[in-house]
Amino acid sequence: MKISTQTQQKIAFTLLGIASTVVIVPVIVIFAILIQKGLPAINWQFLTAMPRSGMRAGGIFPAIMGTLYLVSGTILVALPLGVLAAIYLVEYARRNLLSRMIEVAIVNLAGVPSVVYGLFGMGLFVIYLKMGVSIIAGALTLAIMTLPVIITSSKEALQSVPRSFREASLALGVSKWQTIRCVVLPNALPGILTGTILGISRAAGETAPILFTVAAFYLPRLPKSIFDQCMALPYHLYVLSTQVPNVSPKIQYGTALVLVGMVFLLNLVAILVRAHVRSRKQW
Amino acid sequence: MKNLRGYFVIFAVLGLLCAGSFLLNAAGETIQIKGSDTMVNLGQAWAEEFMAENPQASLAVTGGGSGTGIAALINGTCDIAEASRDMKPQEWDQAKKAGHYVQEFKVAVDALAVVVHPSNPIKQLTFDQLSGIFTGKITNWNEVGGKDQKILVLSRDRNSGTHVYFLEHVLRKGNEKGPEQYAPATLMLPSTQAIIDEVAQSESTIGYVGLGYVSPKVKTLAVSKTNDGPFVGPSKAAAMDKTYPIARPLLFYTARAPQGSVKAFLEFVLSEKGQGIVETMDFVPLGDKA
Amino acid sequence: MRKFREFVIEKTILLNGFACILFVVLIFFFLAKDGLALFKFVSIQDFLFGTLWNPLAEPPQVGILPLFLGSLIVTLGATVIAIPLGMACAIFIGEIAPRWMRETLKAGVELLAAIPSIVIGFIGMTMLGPVVKNLFHLPTGLTALTGSIALAFMAIPTIVSIMEDAISSVPRIYKEGSLALGATHWQTIYRVMIPAASSGIVAAVMLGIGRVIGETMAVMMLTGNASVMPKTILAPVRTMTATIAAEMGETVRGSEHYFALFALGLVLFVITFFINLVADAALHGKQK
Repeated sequence: MKISTQTQQKIAFTLLGIASTVVIVPVIVIFAILIQKGLPAINWQFLTAMPRSGMRAGGIFPAIMGTLYLVSGTILVALPLGVLAAIYLVEYARRNLLSRMIEVAIVNLAGVPSVVYGLFGMGLFVIYLKMGVSIIAGALTLAIMTLPVIITSSKEALQSVPRSFREASLALGVSKWQTIRCVVLPNALPGILTGTILGISRAAGETAPILFTVAAFYLPRLPKSIFDQCMALPYHLYVLSTQVPNVSPKIQYGTALVLVGMVFLLNLVAILVRAHVRSRKQW
Repeated sequence: MKNLRGYFVIFAVLGLLCAGSFLLNAAGETIQIKGSDTMVNLGQAWAEEFMAENPQASLAVTGGGSGTGIAALINGTCDIAEASRDMKPQEWDQAKKAGHYVQEFKVAVDALAVVVHPSNPIKQLTFDQLSGIFTGKITNWNEVGGKDQKILVLSRDRNSGTHVYFLEHVLRKGNEKGPEQYAPATLMLPSTQAIIDEVAQSESTIGYVGLGYVSPKVKTLAVSKTNDGPFVGPSKAAAMDKTYPIARPLLFYTARAPQGSVKAFLEFVLSEKGQGIVETMDFVPLGDKA
Repeated sequence: MRKFREFVIEKTILLNGFACILFVVLIFFFLAKDGLALFKFVSIQDFLFGTLWNPLAEPPQVGILPLFLGSLIVTLGATVIAIPLGMACAIFIGEIAPRWMRETLKAGVELLAAIPSIVIGFIGMTMLGPVVKNLFHLPTGLTALTGSIALAFMAIPTIVSIMEDAISSVPRIYKEGSLALGATHWQTIYRVMIPAASSGIVAAVMLGIGRVIGETMAVMMLTGNASVMPKTILAPVRTMTATIAAEMGETVRGSEHYFALFALGLVLFVITFFINLVADAALHGKQK
C-alpha cells in the first residue's frame, strides 16, 4: 500500500515536531521542579547568611560569593586574552599553516573534558607554580577553559564588521591598530559581550575544574585573598546532595535553583543583547 | 573607544582590590582541616562551636576522603587530617620523607552498620558471610538464608577511609594485607548518603554506613566476628563497650606536635563539650577508657 | 614613537594569538609529565588492556579497560539517543517551524545547553534513576542507561546548533531545484539537503560525542561507578572521567595511583583530541 508523498511528508513533519518537543520538555520540567521544590527555600536570609548546623540550615552566601569571585577572576584573565587572540586571527593573521594550527588548537581547547582541565589546573597552578588550592588557581583554570568560547564569538563579531569600515578608516590615514581600537572593536563589542556572558555562565556552573583547584567544603568566613580557598555554588550543590546527611531537600533544591537561576539569567541577557544588536544593525 | 578606556579602568580597579585584599590578609591564620567524608560534618560541628567560643579563631573544613586528608597533610596543605582509617605504612614513609613527625590522636569512635532493605528477612550475618558477599563469592541472598535474589553490593569509593576500614577488617577479617578485594560488580557510590538512598530503594542491596547516617529507611543487621555469635546489633552503647565488632576509631593526624590554635582545638575536641558534640552528631564518644 | 607603540601592540596581539597553541601544548605536557611516569612501574599493555582497576591493591592493578568500556557504552548509548533527536530538532527548527516557533525553540535549546551538569546529575539522581529502575525492573536505577539518557540531553544542543548551521548553508539552488522538479519539501530535505550537509552533520556528531565522553559530574552521580567490564547497558558502569574525579583527592602525590590517574587523563585528552581533529576536518572540508 503506497502512502502518498504528501502524507509521508505530514507524518515525517509530525514526528520531527514531536522530537523537538521531546528535546525542549526537559528544560521546562527541570525548571518547574526546581521552582516547585526550591522556591520555598529562597529568602533573603538564605541568600545572605552563612551555613549553620552542618549546612542543614542557614544560607549559602559564601558559595554565592565564591562563585562570583571565581567568575570575576575568570573574565579578568580570559576576556583580554581572548579578544586579543581573536583580533590577531581576524585582523593580522594570514591564511597559512600557523593560523590553521591556532584554529585547531581552539577547537581542541573547547573539547577538552572538564575533569582534564581540573587535572591540568592542579598540575600547573596548584602544584608546579605553588599557588596551592586557591581562588587564583581555580580562576586561571576556568579562564583557560572559557577561552575558546570568547575567542570564537569575538572572531565572529569582528568578522561581521564590514570591510568598508576598515578601508574607510585606513584611507583616511589612521594606523591599523587605531582603526581596530576606534572603529572595529566598538562595533564588534555587543557580539564580544554576548560571547563573554555565555562563557561566564559556563564557568559559573562547572564543578570538575574546581574540585582539585579551589573548592572548599566549609569556610567560616569569606576568603580574604586570592590565595585562599573559597566555596562555590556547583561544588556546594554536589556536597549537599552527596555528603551531608539528612539535608532537607528544600535546601538542596534551593541551592540548585539559585545556581540555575544565575546561569539562566546570564544566558537570557546574552540572548537579549544579541537580538537587540541584530535588530539595530545598520549594515 | 570610550568603552575600551572604561574597561581598562575597571580592570585596574579590580586588580587593585585583589591586591589590596591580599595585603589585608596579614593577621589571622586559618586552621585547615581536611579528610574523611565520614568525619567532615563532625569536624564542621566542632569548628563552629570552637569558633563561637573563640571568635578570633578561623577553621576551614574540607572533605574528599581520608586519603585526601592524609595526602594533604603530607603535601603540607592542611594542618589537621581527619581520618576514619589508620595511615598506611606507605603513607608513614612518605610523611617521614617529607620531613614531618606525624602525630595520631583518637577523637571519637564510629560504628559501621551493615544495612539492607527493610523487607529483607535476614537479621544477622557473620564476618565470613559478609566477606563472601562483599568479595563476590556469595552472590545470592538464598545462600545465607534469604530470598532467591541476586545480591547487589554497595560500597563507598576508594578515596573513603570507610571503604578501606571495611576492606581490611571485614573482607580481609583483620588481615590488612590479605588478598581479598571488593567484587568488581560492587557499586562504588560517591557518598554514604547515596548508599542509604539506594539501600532504601532497592530490595536486594547491602551496604555499610556510619552509625550517624542510619535512618528508619533502612534496616541494620546484627553481626558476629565468629560463626557462633554472639550477634550484636550496631548501637552507641555496643560500640562504647566494644561488643560491636565493626567499630573503628576516628582520628586526627597532625604533621608535628600540635601548637597554638591547633593544640587548643584538639583540647576542645577531647574535652567534655567536644565529646558531647560527638554524641549529638550520632557518633560514639571516646568514653572513659580512651 | 607612535610606530614603536604600534609595533609593541602588534607583537602583543601576535603573542595572544599563539596563546591557544601554547595552552594545548601545556595541557598535554603536564598530563604527560605525570602520566608517562606510570610506565616506570606498569607496562603499557597492562594499563590499556588490563581488566581490573584496583589501584589500592598491593601491588596496584591499574587496568583501564573496564573504565574505557564504561565510557564507551555510556557514550554510545547517549549518541544513539541524541543523534536522531538532535537531527530531527535541527531539521524542524531550520526548515519546518514557523518564524515565531523557531526563535522559541532555539532559545529553549540554548537554555538546555546552559544547565550545569551538576544540576542534571542532581535531578537525574532524584528523578531519572527511580524511573529507569521501575521501568526495567532493575535492582538499581544507577546504570549506564541512566547516564546515557542524561548525557544525551546535554549533547543535543551541540548537535542541533551545528547541524542547523550545516543545513542552512546548503546552497538555495539545491533546494529550489529539487522543489521545482516536483519533490515535496520532506523529500527535498532527506534526499537533497541532508546529503549535501553531510560533512557538517558528521562534525556535529563528532563534537556531540566529544562532549559526552568528557562529561564528569552527571555520570559520577548516575552510573553507579562499578568497575566491571560492562555486559549490558542496564547495569552500573564506571567511566574514566568519574574515576579521575572520585579518586584524585585520595592519592598521595607521586604514588602509582596518582600517576595512573594522570595517565587516564592523558588517554582522555588524546581521545578528545582526535575526535576534535576529525570534526574540524569535516567542517573545514565543507567550507572549500
